Amino acid sequence: MVEISMNVNGKPVSGAVEGRTLLSAFLRDDLRLTGTHIGCDTSQCGACVVHVNGEAVKACTMFAAEADGAEVTTIEGMANADGTLGVVQQAFQDEHGLQCGFCTPGMVMSAAALLRDNPTPSEAEIREYLEGNICRCTGYHNIVKAIQTAAAKLTPVAAE
Amino acid sequence: MYNFDFAKPSTIADAVKAMSEEDAQALGGGQTLIPTLKQRLAAPSTLVSLTGIPEMQGICMDDAGRLCIGGATTHATVAAEGAAHYPALAAMASHIGDPAVRNRGTLGGSLANNDPSACYPAAVLASGATVVTNAREIAADDYFQGMFTTALDEGEIITEVKFPVPEAANYQKFVQPASRFALVGVFVAKYADGVRVAVTGASEDGVFRWSEAEEALSSDFSAGALDGLSVDASTMIGDLHGTPEYRAHLVSVMTRRAVAAC
Repeated sequence: MVEISMNVNGKPVSGAVEGRTLLSAFLRDDLRLTGTHIGCDTSQCGACVVHVNGEAVKACTMFAAEADGAEVTTIEGMANADGTLGVVQQAFQDEHGLQCGFCTPGMVMSAAALLRDNPTPSEAEIREYLEGNICRCTGYHNIVKAIQTAAAKLTPVAAE
Repeated sequence: MYNFDFAKPSTIADAVKAMSEEDAQALGGGQTLIPTLKQRLAAPSTLVSLTGIPEMQGICMDDAGRLCIGGATTHATVAAEGAAHYPALAAMASHIGDPAVRNRGTLGGSLANNDPSACYPAAVLASGATVVTNAREIAADDYFQGMFTTALDEGEIITEVKFPVPEAANYQKFVQPASRFALVGVFVAKYADGVRVAVTGASEDGVFRWSEAEEALSSDFSAGALDGLSVDASTMIGDLHGTPEYRAHLVSVMTRRAVAAC
């Protein structure tokens, strides 16, 4: 077993894991943070995307031991401190950017990573960035709209 | 997947030591290896993570004007920081897999695996780059030895790759849409002493140089110089995504596009 510790959503956590324990399993089974979804478990679908040291990664394709000492943010860390939905989450609700909702945690985490790197993405850039996030309801149109709405809220165009 | 011991050395020397254990396996970003382990297609006793070694990270220019990239540098870092030095290489790195894969996957991992459809082998071979390991330097022309086969010895670690920066270069990838790997990818690099053309995704023997096209382009660097040239379809990969003839055709098309885009 490997002793690991990391900050998850700002809180220090630690545990003992096997070498083969995936970050997705550590988050869901050990920390009970089940918002991170496992869709395919083969790194295709992106439902398990979380941020490790600020970068979007697929938690099913990274070992928990590799995140030792890291800052990890999951979908549970995206809400505001008072429990209300964060800007990206609220935009997904407002634009109905989900149908069954299974892919939504990964979509929100990828969207947040995109908007941090590129606060004013074009529609084409949004669609390209979501290449690794699959929505099998095929609800991409409203997901893209939600990300555009979130971008506008996070980076308002200066009033003339 | 089968269990293993996990080691995360912080120096190359410690990594080499850890790799000397029987059935030890190096772990780069894991974007190929972890799915492989899940399928139980590999069963290492120890997995040696190479991502915690500062001397294998990052990008710099050496005195000979070569772009030197640490073996554990991610595709995302090459895409962001390589653009100012070698734009075609950075552009290639920015289209590997998807953003989350690029944040984990590494240059050294891609080269050590030598997937016949991976992008990096084409860039390394077309650039005539030098693969630096803990033990020696290997010329790109000697490094790639066929599908999933390289010149690396057991336990040998890619610490750095040195890319001579070309006068002009371009990579064209015809994407296999399900996997996002190259169905055919062609990297063209023009140097003062000649043009190099490397093809990935197409051949049963893995990445290869298209020497006929190199000769033609070295004397006349234009898409027209490729008129009448084609690769032999009998050595191309055939699968449900494309026949050998289709891949051979794509090699010509992608090479023309790469030259035109230079």
